[in-house]
Amino acid sequence: MTSRSRSAVRRPAIALITLSLLGAGLAACSKPADSNGGAQTQDTPGITGTSVKIGTHTPLTGPAAAGYSPISKAASAYFAYLNAKGGVNGRKIEYVVRDDGYNPATTSTVVRELVQQDKVFAIVNGLGTPTHSAVVDYLNQQKVPDLFVASGASLWNQPEKSPYTFGFNLDYVREGKILAHYLKEKNPDAKFCVLRQDDDFGADLTTGIKQVLGDLTAEQEYAVSNESLTAQIGALKAAGCTVNLLATVTPFTAIALGTAAKMSYPAQWAASSSGGDYPSLVGYLGEDIGPKLLEGLVAANYLPFDADDEWVELFRQINTEYNADAPFTGNTVYGMSMAYTFAEALSRAGDSPTRESIVEALRSGEVMSNGITPAGFSADNHDPFAGAGITVVSKGVQAYVDGQVFTTDAEGGPVEPFSGQAVPLSGEGVPAP
Amino acid sequence: MKQRILLFTVAGLVLAIGGTFLLDPYRNYLLALIAAHLCAIAGLGLLIGRTGQLSLGHAALMACGGYGYALTVNATETSVPGPLQPVLGLAAAVITAAVVGLLLGTAGARLHGPYLAGLTLAVVMALPALTNEIGGLGGDQGLMVAFRSVPESLSRLIALEQWQAWVALTVAAVVLAVLSMVDAGRTGVRMRAVRDDEVAAALAGVHPGRTKVLAFVVSAASAGAGGGVLCFVDSGVRPGGYGVSLSLLLVVAVVVGGTGRLAGAAIGAALVVLLPWLIGQATSAVDLSPELARRLDGNLAVLLFGLLLIWLTLAAPAGLVSLLRRPARRSRTSPTEPSVTPIPTLEKDRQ
Repeated sequence: MTSRSRSAVRRPAIALITLSLLGAGLAACSKPADSNGGAQTQDTPGITGTSVKIGTHTPLTGPAAAGYSPISKAASAYFAYLNAKGGVNGRKIEYVVRDDGYNPATTSTVVRELVQQDKVFAIVNGLGTPTHSAVVDYLNQQKVPDLFVASGASLWNQPEKSPYTFGFNLDYVREGKILAHYLKEKNPDAKFCVLRQDDDFGADLTTGIKQVLGDLTAEQEYAVSNESLTAQIGALKAAGCTVNLLATVTPFTAIALGTAAKMSYPAQWAASSSGGDYPSLVGYLGEDIGPKLLEGLVAANYLPFDADDEWVELFRQINTEYNADAPFTGNTVYGMSMAYTFAEALSRAGDSPTRESIVEALRSGEVMSNGITPAGFSADNHDPFAGAGITVVSKGVQAYVDGQVFTTDAEGGPVEPFSGQAVPLSGEGVPAP
Repeated sequence: MKQRILLFTVAGLVLAIGGTFLLDPYRNYLLALIAAHLCAIAGLGLLIGRTGQLSLGHAALMACGGYGYALTVNATETSVPGPLQPVLGLAAAVITAAVVGLLLGTAGARLHGPYLAGLTLAVVMALPALTNEIGGLGGDQGLMVAFRSVPESLSRLIALEQWQAWVALTVAAVVLAVLSMVDAGRTGVRMRAVRDDEVAAALAGVHPGRTKVLAFVVSAASAGAGGGVLCFVDSGVRPGGYGVSLSLLLVVAVVVGGTGRLAGAAIGAALVVLLPWLIGQATSAVDLSPELARRLDGNLAVLLFGLLLIWLTLAAPAGLVSLLRRPARRSRTSPTEPSVTPIPTLEKDRQ
């Protein structure tokens, strides 16, 4: 036995001991998170007499950042506005935004950090299907309200399995049905086709579309990792498609329209709310050709959008005053609407809100949100919106087509015109209980 | 020899598990992550340090472990009793990664340096495309597995994260023990011989190709164990978590910690898990002007991370573990770690 091999024997022990010492060192330098915070009114984490601390995970860096990073900024801007108006029941909202780079492994870490280190009251608007699915079980196991997930996947609407999780986006199946219904009424004799992303978003939207239109003339798929749609658009053109429904995210809607223009392929294009936002699309296509290519684009939407809408006017003011006048897009409206919805839920959770009471407020069906159809949260439905409107781009302006607001379910039910009213603005966008 | 390794491993594990009682849940979670990464980093350290094969594909091998775990646990959900599922899953994680490692290693044994690095890099880059093409792997969303709470009997005593740390530490201990045995035994001698001079090793009766493939398989299996643990902790596996950047981070951990030494691997694992978090804490404490903050927008942390790693490599070119070793070396009469003197290594190992 040489000294060398003896050291080899010790190595695993040394490694493990190093590890435990590193851990112990960490513990020594840590201090309980709320020792320096204000006195908590009760045992509810994140709630003090004057503040509510909530957190989110969102991509601020990485490939998805360009499309989504404006959302958390818009939400922060709304909370700043709300705090300037006195907050909710005298409590200011502190919105902790953590970057996860759209990497699910990082999401797991930052969400645990938010829950255990920062002691947030709730996770609000965690962004992305693959990222958020990494933490949904954890949050429900820890009984942390997991509010208004930024994704339309059906995963978030499972009240039995995930009682603390609520979605915010319109369910993709419903959206597909509504979009297809409108197009079918407008163009009964058209050849309908789909271009879709090869994930749940594309699959769910297509499911909805096919429930209304039956078999399609052609279906094409793309992967986000390949930034060319030449083959797919060529195939749609060759199949003679006259109306193309796009289950695409914003950059790929732009690529699709640009590619079709290059091929001199005229068709009617219709996009989902996730990829049909006019200001964002013009950002990708440029001020010169964007408006030309986008003329006549049909899209679904479930949030206030028209320039003269009172919600949009308010959000525009907040954007100027609290968001350094950042570009005003669908992302801005989305972030602020989500933040408003949280404030509304919090205001209905009682004078001393608890994690249970905010979930109960949502289950009671009192939270209306500010969508063009009122939110339909209930004990057995954790999806907010049951309906959507149709927007069309005309002369460089994207606006709702009057009266074209529909509701439907996520199964085989019919698509019906919505007879109710959009939720009006009240109290300057500050919810009152 | 083997008994000693086992004895020290068990002792180390008991100490480490005892250490988890000193930590709060979030730090126990980080400890579990460190232990999972340690499996992969220790395996990669053995591969780079003992046979000189550079793999940039170990993130993909970790993913293989994750998918092996998830598929097995989901398949046995109804047929096997609950507590046994993760054990089977971890075994499947190791086997899946080992099989993929065998294929990769067999192809890679014919390649040298940058060419092997290129091959393994291609594998990790192809991972998202593969998970999209192969049905049943769940595409970009990956696979979810049922959430595992603390076992009933322990639930009053420890938190969820502490339980996860226990599982991760136990797996890491097994992996480290196996790696130590491989390293200290005949295979380790052969690996060093092949690294230092393939022709000489072949003349001495060592089969270079076989030795390299074996090293690759062992290292892949370790990475697979790490991936399996991550899948257990995060209740799922998603291709987005196993990109090129993780592969590079694993290599960085090996280099910064110190090649071929398990204590170095432990330091490296702690660094790659903790540094981003510590830097995030530091940068969020700094008050930047709104305009500058907007321009940097989360990139400041990445920039600091890079600068810090460069500084660490300059400050301790042989790895941080060499800083720990220096006083020990002075006190001993015989050199303990002949990592830079190739021929004496061979002589010594034959004794």
